Amino acid sequence: MKPARFDYMAPSTLSEALGLLESVPGAKVIAGGQSLGPMLNLRLVQPQLIVDISRIPEMSAVEDDGDCTVYGACVTHAAIEDGRAADGTGGVLARVASGIAYRAVRTRGTIGGSLAHADPAADWLSALTALGAEITAADGKQERRIPIEALMTGVFETAIGSAELLTGVRVPKLSANARFGYYKICRKTGEFAEAIGVALQDPERGRYRGVVGATEGSPIVLDDLPSLKAGTEADPGELRERLKGHGMDDPYEIQLHAVALERAIQEALA
Amino acid sequence: MQKQGIGKSVPRKEDDRYLRGKGQFVGDIRLDGMVEAAFVRSPLAHARIKAIDIPERLRGQVYTMDDLEGVKPIVASSALPGYKPSRQWPLARGKVRQVGELIAVCIAPTRAQAEDIAAEIEVDLEELPAVVDMLKGRQPDAPLLHEEFGDNLYLVSSVAGDIAPAAKRADVTVTREIRTARQCMAPMEGRGVVAEWHERLGQLTLWTSTQMPHIVRNGLCDVLGLEQRQVRVVPPDVGGGFGYKGILLPEEICLGWLAMHLGKPVRWLEDRREHLTANANCREHHYVITGYATRDGKLLGVEAEASVDSGAYSIYPFSACLEAGQVATNLPAVYDFESYRADAYAVATNKPPILPYRGVARTGVCFAIELLVDALAREIGMEPHEFRQRNLVRPEQMPFENIAKKYLDSGDYPTCLEKAVKSLDIETWRKRQKEGLPDGRRIGIGVAMYCEQAAHGTSVYAAWGVPMIPGFEQAGVRITPDGGVELRVGSHSHGQSHETTFAQIVNEMLGVPVDRVNLVHGDTEYTPYSTGTWGSRVMVMAGGAIAAACEELIPRILVIGAHLLQVPVGKVRFEDGAVVADGSRVTLSEVAHVWYLAPQNLPDNADDRGLETTKGYKLKRDTGTFSYATHAVAVAVDCQTGMLEVLDYVIVEDGGTLVNPMVVDGQILGGLAQGIGTAIYEEMPFDGQGQPLASTFSDYIVPGPTEVPDARIEHMETPSPLSRFGIKGVGEGGAIAPPAAIVNAVNDALAPLGAEITESPVTPRRLLSAIAAAQDGAGS
Repeated sequence: MKPARFDYMAPSTLSEALGLLESVPGAKVIAGGQSLGPMLNLRLVQPQLIVDISRIPEMSAVEDDGDCTVYGACVTHAAIEDGRAADGTGGVLARVASGIAYRAVRTRGTIGGSLAHADPAADWLSALTALGAEITAADGKQERRIPIEALMTGVFETAIGSAELLTGVRVPKLSANARFGYYKICRKTGEFAEAIGVALQDPERGRYRGVVGATEGSPIVLDDLPSLKAGTEADPGELRERLKGHGMDDPYEIQLHAVALERAIQEALA
Repeated sequence: MQKQGIGKSVPRKEDDRYLRGKGQFVGDIRLDGMVEAAFVRSPLAHARIKAIDIPERLRGQVYTMDDLEGVKPIVASSALPGYKPSRQWPLARGKVRQVGELIAVCIAPTRAQAEDIAAEIEVDLEELPAVVDMLKGRQPDAPLLHEEFGDNLYLVSSVAGDIAPAAKRADVTVTREIRTARQCMAPMEGRGVVAEWHERLGQLTLWTSTQMPHIVRNGLCDVLGLEQRQVRVVPPDVGGGFGYKGILLPEEICLGWLAMHLGKPVRWLEDRREHLTANANCREHHYVITGYATRDGKLLGVEAEASVDSGAYSIYPFSACLEAGQVATNLPAVYDFESYRADAYAVATNKPPILPYRGVARTGVCFAIELLVDALAREIGMEPHEFRQRNLVRPEQMPFENIAKKYLDSGDYPTCLEKAVKSLDIETWRKRQKEGLPDGRRIGIGVAMYCEQAAHGTSVYAAWGVPMIPGFEQAGVRITPDGGVELRVGSHSHGQSHETTFAQIVNEMLGVPVDRVNLVHGDTEYTPYSTGTWGSRVMVMAGGAIAAACEELIPRILVIGAHLLQVPVGKVRFEDGAVVADGSRVTLSEVAHVWYLAPQNLPDNADDRGLETTKGYKLKRDTGTFSYATHAVAVAVDCQTGMLEVLDYVIVEDGGTLVNPMVVDGQILGGLAQGIGTAIYEEMPFDGQGQPLASTFSDYIVPGPTEVPDARIEHMETPSPLSRFGIKGVGEGGAIAPPAAIVNAVNDALAPLGAEITESPVTPRRLLSAIAAAQDGAGS
């Protein structure tokens, strides 16, 4: 399959990019192209215009903003994996980045592109939900912040408007004694996850969050998990009940996701 | 000179260009004025075509079957009694019978533009109920794919026998329902065709990524109504085949017709979506199989009813009978038992046609019989390899005609099994199994054996009566004026290293260094007829033919050499690439120089046929060589997630005399990778309407480097008494046993839980469901 015909623009400023999105309805944004490329080839999307934001300098910037590190949307997974981007999480982001797909994908794929694509099985969505990140977005008129829990409105759907651009992500720094666990069940190295479990224990900030990802929608957030608070093993029965409470009904899905979270908790507490 | 002949692991001549990205595949061919083709394909699995609406402005760029004047349907028949061949129009006529079936072909300067045109063609289809499951397809009320059949059966093939004596004597009877998933073969390079009509030669040239160029020419001539001299088929570098490229494609016919009628070259390159969702599949088998044994471990009999989901059409040349027909005769495999009966149904379904994939039916057959053998062993309470050991054909019985009339030519199956058991060290694994792994995973140990009929020839295929019957395999050998060799062979390589291994045969016979041998292969214009590269046949057949051709040249070389040495011809011999007499020698290069460039120095009795010949070769008996192997594996099973890890994998195989052991190891490892795909990952699911559900590699999972273990390979070398040098065909074997060995290991791990897997691939969902079902069963 080859893409249907489209126009391609690579503006060098954010305002130009936003102007294009405003003026051409249905225009698609490309950053690393690791998801959009195949979708174009399969003709699942046939935009009139593709706006390449990878040449806008601030889109690749990484800034320290006190409590947060702010990543431009075009920071690549590889830059995070390699430690070329500042990391206020004590290596958590680098660890997650290193497990995304294959190195070739990580070299081009971007943190903002992954979030904007909103594939439930993607790593950043689950990992950054556990960390309590905030998305920054802009259109021609204003900038706003969206809590990551509110980003995804459905599979491959987000709260980002059609003339709006996901510009970056603000990741809160972790306390020195925070503990983190991440467990991904993949049928094959580099493949999208069948289930993701993330556990964060950050007593200084009072955060005891479990996240279950690679579901059929947004990641499931389980706050104030007793096991993370008490530093004890998770109660398998309780986790399964909570997943059912979030609408999961296939015993296989419940099993896989519960185990992923159990193992993430184990890792965090180990 | 360093020996480079038979038995030497000579580095592959092909690798230099492949590893540097300098191979030349169909996709690398660009001709002046070439246009690209894209196809309108059926969105439905079964439908009547009511109308095809082509906008007026696209006339001349879109062709349907009605435009392909004079083109006949593809018909692959068989002489087997009761066989019903389908008529497959290259572009659909009347009905479509699978999603992805070709309806129209669109041409444009680029593929993207051709796809734009294809998207504009509206096809009015009246949907018909689809046959998606082979078992439902066998039922009397099933919708019919080919109305003229009266049912959905291409063929029912049987090995008739009386099972009653075994049933009567048996202490233990075990029945299992076993399934293997439908797969895609997924070669790295898909199919691809460039077609061009040469006005000057009055000839159609088709560059195509195929395993059987001469057979494609036969088929093209039949369907397009051309004479053989008018068609030239050229396979360039071919990036993997595995059976997928052993078929005459409707696309090849369309492109041939277009090139002739447009007067310009046309190209079509299959994309991965076409490969996964539209073109031929493989492997889908279903078995109900029963084994009878005594309490002390004697296998008495086997009874099976098998179905093969053969898809929408009978493919050319293998037909829809080959896969199912091989099931019944291959089930007994390496075992010696007294009662057997089997029926195999080749069922037409609204899915892509099924093609023989590496190992042909044997991967499914091995899965069925080897799972049954383990189930019997568990039932008896015997270590599975010990149960096998009691029932194998013994070396002193060789050659052995087994209960399905297969003539096992040679081998020592018990030793092969024993070596594998020792090499894996099953005893130590059994101890570790009791302790389990520190992380809670369960250990399982599995063994599987097979034997593989290869290079079977005229009598076997004449009995099938398919449109392709291999006869003498020929090879042309020409010594060049500078003492090099040009080799002409009609079979083609799709990764088998023919350029290297054929040169090794030349080296063995004529002493010419491997680097000084050039192989011209596949091109119908320059090579002798061959049915092609399939059935693990080429090293045996072409190897034999090359040796015979070289041998025929030696007396001619001796006559010239003796004259140059000024000794009687009776006093010379051929040795290490030279004519040698006591104390003096003249090299092959010198002999060639005289024949071509200094003929004034030839003796009067020089043979006027010169330094080239084409010679044919057949086995002493054409029922095939039987290579065989034992695969033994230890796996870790995570009963929480359903994930598997291969902890150790051992293959002990006997391919007779090995021409290039390194190449054989490569074949085995490649086969293993595919076998692991069959065992754990690969499955093309369909929904109830016959829609394929895995349209990209993110849904159709093939194993990658980290999923394939570092297997340890040990060789035995029992020469075949039937073939030149004792070579046996080994190309497919690696892919046969892994699903059986791995699932036996999984079942070994699950046995204490009372759970058992009888379906491949072992996905996490299947594994967890089996455990859950066992728990439910135990709780109720």
